[in-house]
Amino acid sequence: MTIPLLEVQDLQTVFHTEEGAWPAVSDIDIRLEAGEILGLVGESGSGKSVTGFSIFGMIDAPGEVTQGKVLFKGQDLRELSAESMRKLRGDRIAMIFQDPLMTLNPVLRIEEQMLEAIDAHQKLPKAQALQRCVEALAMVGIPAPEKRLRSYPHEFSGGMRQRVAIAIAMLNRPDLIICDEPTTALDVTIQGQILYRMQQICQAQGTALIWITHDLGVIAELADRVAVMYGGRIVETGTVAEVLDAPRHPYTQGLLNSLPAQATPGERLTQINGMAPSLSGRVPGCAFAPRCSRAIPRCVDEQPPVTTIPGRAFRCFVPLEAPAA
Amino acid sequence: MTAMTPPVIELRDVHKRFVSAPDLLQKIVGAVARQPAQTRTVHAVNGVNLQIAKGEVLGLVGESGCGKSTLGRVVAGLHPATEGQLLYKGQDVSQLGGQDKLAYTLGVQMVFQDPQASLNPRQKLHQILGEALHVHKLAPAAEVPGKVDAALAEVGLASEYRARLPHQISGGQRQRIGIARALMVTPEFLVCDEPVAALDVSIQAQVINLFMDLRAQRGLTYLFISHDLGVVRHISDKVAIMYLGKIVEMAPTAEIFGQAQHPYTQALLAEVPDVGRRKRVFTPIKGEIPSPLNPPSGCTFHPRCPHAMERCKQEVPRLRETAAGHVTACHLLD
Amino acid sequence: MMQPDKSLMTIDPSKRAQPLQDTPQRRAILKKLRSKPSVKGAVIALVLLLAVVLLAPFLSPQNPYDLGALDLMDGRLKPMSEAASGMTYWLGTDDQGRDMLSAILHGLRISLMVGLSAVVLATIIGSLVGLVAAYFGGWVDTVLMRIVDFILGFPTILVALVLLAILGRGVDKVVIAIVLVQWAHYARIMRGRALQERKKEYIEAAKNLGFPGWRIMTRHLLPNCMGPVMVFATIQIANAIVLEATLSFLGVGVPITEPSLGLLIANGFQYLMSGDYWISMFPGLALLALILSINLIGDRLREALDPRK
Repeated sequence: MTIPLLEVQDLQTVFHTEEGAWPAVSDIDIRLEAGEILGLVGESGSGKSVTGFSIFGMIDAPGEVTQGKVLFKGQDLRELSAESMRKLRGDRIAMIFQDPLMTLNPVLRIEEQMLEAIDAHQKLPKAQALQRCVEALAMVGIPAPEKRLRSYPHEFSGGMRQRVAIAIAMLNRPDLIICDEPTTALDVTIQGQILYRMQQICQAQGTALIWITHDLGVIAELADRVAVMYGGRIVETGTVAEVLDAPRHPYTQGLLNSLPAQATPGERLTQINGMAPSLSGRVPGCAFAPRCSRAIPRCVDEQPPVTTIPGRAFRCFVPLEAPAA
Repeated sequence: MTAMTPPVIELRDVHKRFVSAPDLLQKIVGAVARQPAQTRTVHAVNGVNLQIAKGEVLGLVGESGCGKSTLGRVVAGLHPATEGQLLYKGQDVSQLGGQDKLAYTLGVQMVFQDPQASLNPRQKLHQILGEALHVHKLAPAAEVPGKVDAALAEVGLASEYRARLPHQISGGQRQRIGIARALMVTPEFLVCDEPVAALDVSIQAQVINLFMDLRAQRGLTYLFISHDLGVVRHISDKVAIMYLGKIVEMAPTAEIFGQAQHPYTQALLAEVPDVGRRKRVFTPIKGEIPSPLNPPSGCTFHPRCPHAMERCKQEVPRLRETAAGHVTACHLLD
Repeated sequence: MMQPDKSLMTIDPSKRAQPLQDTPQRRAILKKLRSKPSVKGAVIALVLLLAVVLLAPFLSPQNPYDLGALDLMDGRLKPMSEAASGMTYWLGTDDQGRDMLSAILHGLRISLMVGLSAVVLATIIGSLVGLVAAYFGGWVDTVLMRIVDFILGFPTILVALVLLAILGRGVDKVVIAIVLVQWAHYARIMRGRALQERKKEYIEAAKNLGFPGWRIMTRHLLPNCMGPVMVFATIQIANAIVLEATLSFLGVGVPITEPSLGLLIANGFQYLMSGDYWISMFPGLALLALILSINLIGDRLREALDPRK
């Protein structure tokens, strides 16, 4: 059996405050094969972005990754030196953010930024590097790429800037791209274009994706597998069909039910009462217990262990019924 | 036949233009460089006709730059229309004065998109809610705290929240305060500008339910602006689709979602991520959303339309009734 | 009617999960976080300054403004010398026989008063102008801002010199001169912030609720735009004090009979080379300490004013 591209084991990231170290995410287990698209779904405060940053090695004080392994092609990224990690980033693993201006320097031309991204990882003759840049821009659907190389980020619209950010991310043909809500701020038709491009790239290059979002619809259409996060833990994972058609965790069910698209127009939506807890406001047990209609007293005090069936996992003392075989 | 009450809000050929004329420095630079500085006009709302009857919810859908937010603000009176008429309960708003004007200002309230920016960060919640009552003397000072507590309860917040500041409550709660604030002056009409866009999915459901409950309890009428077709479908009676300042299609909700006729509406419906679909092969619509500063000629959608004809580049299509209660602006349907 | 949001309140604080235990790395990280100027330093500085302002007449061994009390024979005495009357000149005397300690205490008082009043007045005038310009926009904005630009075109010292030459010497005249030039800075800062803030939705909401313009300006816009103005003002207190000291040093500020720190430094300048260092140095050190304290307090004040803390 080949080792998976990415295997995260028991990852925990905390944030240090005056009162103590609050765990932002705990017990994170992820398994990703080459070329697979994993959707990491959750609302604000679920820890999905922190997970992405932790894998990418970008957690800074007052945050700290305190436990676990991040095995990339068998090698634990947490054990690597800062220099080795820097070599991996942008080359084998890349990241895209919600705001493309987090990737793009507003005062440099696109050409400079792209050449810099290549140059940091390999020495190519300029002509060859430029050729690769043009190909990357064409691949994300930027018209007239040779000319647009000389543009500045502000000369692009929001959707095109995000495409440029994607082009930079895939310049060195990474094995894994972590995408943190890249289309959340974009219009629906532009989002469709970007999803189309990402799908093309992943199929053409065999790139694996971790797509972090709160939009279940995007995950349904794009991803192979999905992991649902709440209160800093992954509460359910499985293939997209398994999780969305037959969820086992009450939160996943609640989330699906509260989508207007799933409800009858004009009728009250089935809402989940209350709000997600803050870092310091969680209970020792299942973070969802205070809002869960199925909760029993045990749920608040004890952390439910993971129930694993091959390829499928969830954390719940009172899970929903399994679908009839 | 009984006399019909006039629609609560009616727009007749309303235009809203934003003009940015070059200032002195730009004119000088232009003269020196022999490239005269342009006066730029953004035609945010380009000839809109609408009627919203009492108790109705009109969903207004469109993407960035379509002008839906501007239209909402024109309806609420925050931007005066550049051209055309806005009628509130049958009366031209620009002709109103004194008490009538105040009745319109307070009668049409707006709920904003950004829960954080829509509340004064330095005011406690009870001040935010009670201020309008004090300023317009809508209630004696002694009764205001009671009304504030009642307003908090109506939107599902305990009265302990009255002493908090906006940054001490969550996004969903801030949005509820925004709604409560609008309701304090007993409006008849609410313009809801993307009220749930900034909220998490589970909180969205709570706030959408709140809107529906309030509508039933208070007999409100809504202009519900959103880019989220799923939300609009759930709450609206009628839906209007906007593109670059014009309404391109308008029909009862079921019609729009079942029998969309305009190519843009069809593209929007196809693009909206659907939890029910799996592993879709994306076939996106081409082209970027054009800038309102430089709209394409003829039908503004023609560069992106899969069915564009020669006529579409030259002639602006007019809104025509294509089925009962269903209007569309497209040459394909002639 | 919706059920109130109970989920937050049903969790008993004692039932909440506890934070993780302390580790050496955690302490190191927290130490880095705490590298802000300490509250204690600011409080001590504030107390000392207040003491000086209020108690100067009582603390000083001698009234430096009472020309009758001065004895020229006691001029230029070293620190810790004894006077004929038995009083100790802790910091020496200047050429007029003035006890340096007393003179410095009174001088601090004058410097502080000049700094504070100039800044308060300039803030009020400048903020008002900036607020009105931003709120109304259009030609009001254009006219007001051109006036501001005009004033900002002149170097402060020159304008102050000319004004004081016309108005004459005196503490109040120094304050007027400083205010007349400085208000324009505040106007510009306030306008910049107000332009951003007035686009925010809570201002639109206030308009939607039919609030009159002046109420929106003062109750909604102004409190949220004070931040950068306060930051600037606290820096400007120190600047105003230095400006006054400079003007006095140049001989156009306060009169010789009521010396401020600047004037004291000026007086002592000529004696520096002869070795009578104390006449200039101690007032100089006092000025330095004053400015440092004000900046320290200013930092804490800015943080305290932020509603998010």
